[in-house]
Amino acid sequence: MYITLSDRGAKADPAQKGRVATRVSSTVIAMGIVSMFTDISSESVSAVLPLYITAAMGMSTIAYGFIDGLYQGVSAVVRIGGGWAADRSDQPKWVAFLGYGLSAVARVWLLFATGFGAVATVVAVDRIGKGIRTAPRDALITASSRPDNLGRSFGVHRMLDTVGAAIGPLLAFVILWVLPNGYRAIFVLSLAFAIIGVLILGVIVRNGHPAREAGRRPARRLWNVKDLRLPGMPRLLVATGALGLITVGDGFIYLVLQARSSFAAEWFPLLYVGTNVVFLALAIPLGRWADRIGRGRVFLFGHVALLVCYLVTTIPVGGIAITLLCLALLGAFYAATDGVLSALTAQLTPPESTASGIAATQTVTAIARLIASTGFGVLWFALGRQHAMELVAGLAVIALIASLVLLRPMLGVLHRSVELSPEFDE
Amino acid sequence: MIAVITACALVLGGAVSYGMVAFAAYQKQQSAPSGVAATHEADAKTGAAGPRIVFRDTAPGEDYGRVASVPLSDPKGTRTVTSLVCDRVYETEKYESCLQTDAGVVTTYTATLFDRASGDVVKKWGLPGLPSRTRISHDDKLVAFTSFVTGSAYATVGFSTATDIYSIADGHDYGNIEQFTLYLDGKVNTAADRNIWGVTFVPGDDDAFFATAATDGNTYLVRGSLSARTLTEVHETAECPSVSPDGTRVAFKVNISKTSTAYWSVAVMDLATGKVTMMPDKRDIDDQVEWLDDSTLLYGLPRAGTPGDYDIWETASDGSGSPSLLIPHAWSPAVITQ
Repeated sequence: MYITLSDRGAKADPAQKGRVATRVSSTVIAMGIVSMFTDISSESVSAVLPLYITAAMGMSTIAYGFIDGLYQGVSAVVRIGGGWAADRSDQPKWVAFLGYGLSAVARVWLLFATGFGAVATVVAVDRIGKGIRTAPRDALITASSRPDNLGRSFGVHRMLDTVGAAIGPLLAFVILWVLPNGYRAIFVLSLAFAIIGVLILGVIVRNGHPAREAGRRPARRLWNVKDLRLPGMPRLLVATGALGLITVGDGFIYLVLQARSSFAAEWFPLLYVGTNVVFLALAIPLGRWADRIGRGRVFLFGHVALLVCYLVTTIPVGGIAITLLCLALLGAFYAATDGVLSALTAQLTPPESTASGIAATQTVTAIARLIASTGFGVLWFALGRQHAMELVAGLAVIALIASLVLLRPMLGVLHRSVELSPEFDE
Repeated sequence: MIAVITACALVLGGAVSYGMVAFAAYQKQQSAPSGVAATHEADAKTGAAGPRIVFRDTAPGEDYGRVASVPLSDPKGTRTVTSLVCDRVYETEKYESCLQTDAGVVTTYTATLFDRASGDVVKKWGLPGLPSRTRISHDDKLVAFTSFVTGSAYATVGFSTATDIYSIADGHDYGNIEQFTLYLDGKVNTAADRNIWGVTFVPGDDDAFFATAATDGNTYLVRGSLSARTLTEVHETAECPSVSPDGTRVAFKVNISKTSTAYWSVAVMDLATGKVTMMPDKRDIDDQVEWLDDSTLLYGLPRAGTPGDYDIWETASDGSGSPSLLIPHAWSPAVITQ
């Protein structure tokens, strides 16, 4: 079957659309399960790491702040390299495997880590693994999906991924509940889940060759910014950068809620669980919606949800309802932007540079968000909570309007800019 | 496919067996007596009376984590153990402040103020992360507690603390004192990354306290005023202050490390002259000092080789002599003299 959806769009035949939408490739589901196990593995450790470092190792939390910074920062750098390696080799599965494998090896190391330096190294290696695998993984999902169910495929993957992120901390805390000094048991279990993830990826996940399967030649050169000079790509990068700059980080929103409502204060360490639950519940519906009305539109709607969340935190009312509404909006924001951005990038890139494209938009987002949270920290004290939030809400309106203008040409587009060859359809 | 499922089951089975062995070992250890001389309170809530040192029992065994005390006259004697489990504890004659990790399917952190006479809860607060420090003023009018802002993978604000002060006397909650106006070097500081932690109350003064302020990698000893809602720099490079019972000196920890990994020593500053005396203990001391009397400091140190176990050490506050072990298997001391 020759798939090109350039003339289909929202006016597609309902019966046919229903049929297509029910099928997500088994590779996507397998990748989702790999991500789920890997997230159980990494989130169970990161949830108890502060406790472990302070309570069990007797180190100070200032040292922990340093580790946490490493945790967040390292992955952006290697992401570009991972994307390029996946495109150049045309073997995204094995590049991703390297990333997953590295994180699993870091878990073995964690069992023997003593002292600050060792834990910091383990954390850094784990994040390097995450950086390597993200873009190849999304490229493999793209190669295993049809252009008309990209959003849904990413939705399924992110749903499973977030299930793992939700289970991990709960599992870790249950172990600590039963076994107060059970850090080593958590690390052993984390290693087991990491190995299971790597096993499933290595043995079960199909080894896709995105470029060759599409009848195209893999990129055979050094990383070159020209690879990203595709129609629409510069606009997308600028828009994701602008929107990333107004994404201040959940931590600050939780802090505002904490100051506003005693409910949020009491449940502060768990607010992110609420966000995750909404994220996993909405990932598939919003992915499908993106397949219907356009990924660009849903991506912008996600940021509208974030804007509304900012506005809600500035209303001078506290209480449970406000907290829950904000968590729901944040969850919707992630569901409408995380996988959808990869789908949107994928539809702009040919198979031989999908991984590089995805790596580029993800890195731009990560760097812009880092700048945003640092900058917002400054505003927080310079202007106070309330005015800082109002200012960011104002900037968000501007960024949204600018992005709407930038993304206008691709808002309703559902097809991939590159037509796919027959052998793609298994 | 079957091979993969078998392999996964084996891997998971191995991890679960490890967990079960660890659990069995833990059960065995928990039911074992702790190995230190201890009596258990019949009325566990109220604890012992009279001049004493209250602390968190860290002896591995059935009493791990519980609040215990020894008579001030016999610190090495038999300890009296209550049933209350705290991560960090402070006690005065009238009140007890207990910071807890409430482990469960969902783990939360709380600060609870108990009335010691009745055992009733005066007030309870949810904490935004791991418990850190707590103090009650010796006139029983104020309580302060610090916790870290942690607990979530997505809430990445970096290293951050939250310190609250509550007036027991009039029920006024001063909230997070990070919102107080901070004066460093005479100028108002509005830095983004500032953090306040480790409150100590000034004896005989309802309004004044000392605390740590940190911004841009530097720490400061600050003097706080509750009525003016201000924090004013007194000294640079000082953390977790503790005012002496006579109010003339402040003990604090000083980061003497030249690298990004902190290493703390304890120092005592004379408030009238500003003279700082370093203590002789060369080990890495990460604790808020407690004064045993006007000339002796107490602090906890992790016990080498046993994670989670600590000892309380004493040292002369004039920096003379050498430190000595006061209470083994103990942490978070509070001295009650009356």
